[in-house]
Amino acid sequence: MSALRARLPPIGLAAPIALFALFFLAPFAGLLERGLRDAGARAEMTSGMALEALALSLWTSTAALAIAVAAGTPVAWWLARARFRGKGAVEALIDLPIVLPPTIAGVALLTAFGRNGLLGEPLDDWFGVTIGFSTAAVIMAQLFVGAPFYVRAARAGFAGVDAQYERVAHTLGASRLRAFLRVTLPLSWPSLAAGAALCWARALGELGATLIFAGNLRGETQTMPLAILGAFESAAGLTAAVALSLLLLAAGLVALAAFWLISARAGGDGA
Amino acid sequence: MRPRAALAAAALMLAALAATAGACGGESRETVTVFAASSLTDAFTELGEAFEAAHPRAAARFSFAGSGTLRTQALEGAPVDVFASASPEEVEALADAGLVVEQRALAGNRLVVAVAEGAAIAALADLAAPGLRLALAAEAVPAGRYARRALALANGADGFPPDFAARVLANVRSHEPNVRAALARVELGEADAAIVYASDLARAGARVRAAPVPARFQAAADYRIALLREGDAARAFLAFAVSPEGAAILARHGFAPAGGTP
Repeated sequence: MSALRARLPPIGLAAPIALFALFFLAPFAGLLERGLRDAGARAEMTSGMALEALALSLWTSTAALAIAVAAGTPVAWWLARARFRGKGAVEALIDLPIVLPPTIAGVALLTAFGRNGLLGEPLDDWFGVTIGFSTAAVIMAQLFVGAPFYVRAARAGFAGVDAQYERVAHTLGASRLRAFLRVTLPLSWPSLAAGAALCWARALGELGATLIFAGNLRGETQTMPLAILGAFESAAGLTAAVALSLLLLAAGLVALAAFWLISARAGGDGA
Repeated sequence: MRPRAALAAAALMLAALAATAGACGGESRETVTVFAASSLTDAFTELGEAFEAAHPRAAARFSFAGSGTLRTQALEGAPVDVFASASPEEVEALADAGLVVEQRALAGNRLVVAVAEGAAIAALADLAAPGLRLALAAEAVPAGRYARRALALANGADGFPPDFAARVLANVRSHEPNVRAALARVELGEADAAIVYASDLARAGARVRAAPVPARFQAAADYRIALLREGDAARAFLAFAVSPEGAAILARHGFAPAGGTP
C-alpha cells in the first residue's frame, strides 16, 4: 500500500501530470495510428528516397558527433580548468547556437562559408573549394547546432572533477594526458555521454540550417528531415511524411538505446 | 515583497492580454485566410492591401508556401478560405476531397532562366554545360514541374542535344522547396542559374539577369484560385482577385493574363 502510494503522484499533481503526458504522447500515437491505418505508408518507408535519406542522416550526424567530441573535449576541459577574464563571455558564445533558431544558423553559415561568404569566397577563389550544396555543408550545419550541447555538458562534467585528482595522478608519475584519460574521463563519463547523445540527436533532427546552407539534393544533402519536408510537399502528401517520420523515429530510438547501453557499460567499467 | 511583485507582474500580463483581446475583438472585420503559392508573394501582398482598401470591413491574411505544402495542409484540415495555386493539380486534389466550392483561372506565367552575376550563361542551351551549379524548384512544386517539362521539350530540338534534360538535371545542386528559394540561391551567388517564373524576376535585384526560355518549350503556367469555405469576405476576395483591378496588379508583377475559365 505504501509502496503504491510512493509510486503514485499526489492527488493535486495528477491533473497537470496527466495533461503533460497526453500532450506529449498524442503526437506519437497519431503518427503510429496513421502509419498503421495507411497501407501506402509502409511502401513509402522502403522507397529508395527514404532509405538514402536515412543513411545520409545517420552517417552525417555521427560524423558531426565525432568532430564535436574530438574538437569539443579540449575546449570543454580548458573552460573547466582555466581562470581568465571574459571566460563568461566565451561560454555564452559557445552556448549561443543552442538558443539560436536554426534558420539563423543557416543564414549565418551561408554568410561565412557560402560562395560569396567571408571565408567561402577566398576558399573558392584560391582553392576552388565550394562548401555549399555538399555533404560537408550538411555536417557543418549539424556540428554548428549540435556541438554546443556536447561542450556544455562536458564542461560541467570536467568541472565536477576536482582538479586535485589530476594533479595527484600527475605527481605520482602519470603524464597529464594519462591522468586525464584514467582519472578525469571516467569520473565525468555520465556528463560526456549525456552531452554526446544530445549533440547527436540535435544533429539528426537538424533541418533549418541544412535547408538554407546545404540545399536539398537526394543522396548528397537530403537528410531525413529535408526528405520529410519534401514528402509533405509531394503528391503523396502526409502519407509519405508519416512514413518517413516513423522510420526516423525508429532509427533514432534504436540508436539512442544502443548509445545508452554502451555508455552505461563503459561507465560501469571505468568507475 | 516577492509575492507582491509576482502579483504586479500577473496584473500587468492580464492588462496586456485584455488590451490585445480588445484590439482583436473591437473591430468587426471579417478575416479571409488565403493560402497562396510562393510565386504570388509580392503580387498577393499588394492585392491584399488593395482588397482591404476596397473592402474596409474585410481583412486578408496570407500564408505563402509551395503550392504542394499548402495543398497538404488544406487536406489535413487547415482553416483556409481561399487557395491560390500555381497549377491546377493542387486545386484538383482538393476538389477530389470535396473541399472546393468554386474555382477560377487566376493568371498565367512564363519561365525564364535566372542567371547569377558573372555566370557565362546566355541562353537555355547553356544550362547543359558541365560543371554548372543549378538550383531548381523540386518536382513536387508547380515551378519544378513546368521547368522539367520545358527541359524535356527541348530534348533533341534544334541546337539542343537529345539528352539535354538529363545533362541539365545532372547540374542541379539543390531541389528547393519553392521557386523563391531557387531564385534566392541565384541572388546569393550560391547557384549559377535557376529556372524560375518571369514574374519572380520582376522584383529580383541587379545581381540577377534573365535568359529567355524559347516560346516553343514554354509549359504555360496555369494559376488557379479556389474558394474553399463559403463566406462573404472570402467570395469578395476571390471576385477581387479575378477582377480587372486584380488582373492589373498581377500584370504589374509580371504575370500573364489567365488563359480562360475552366
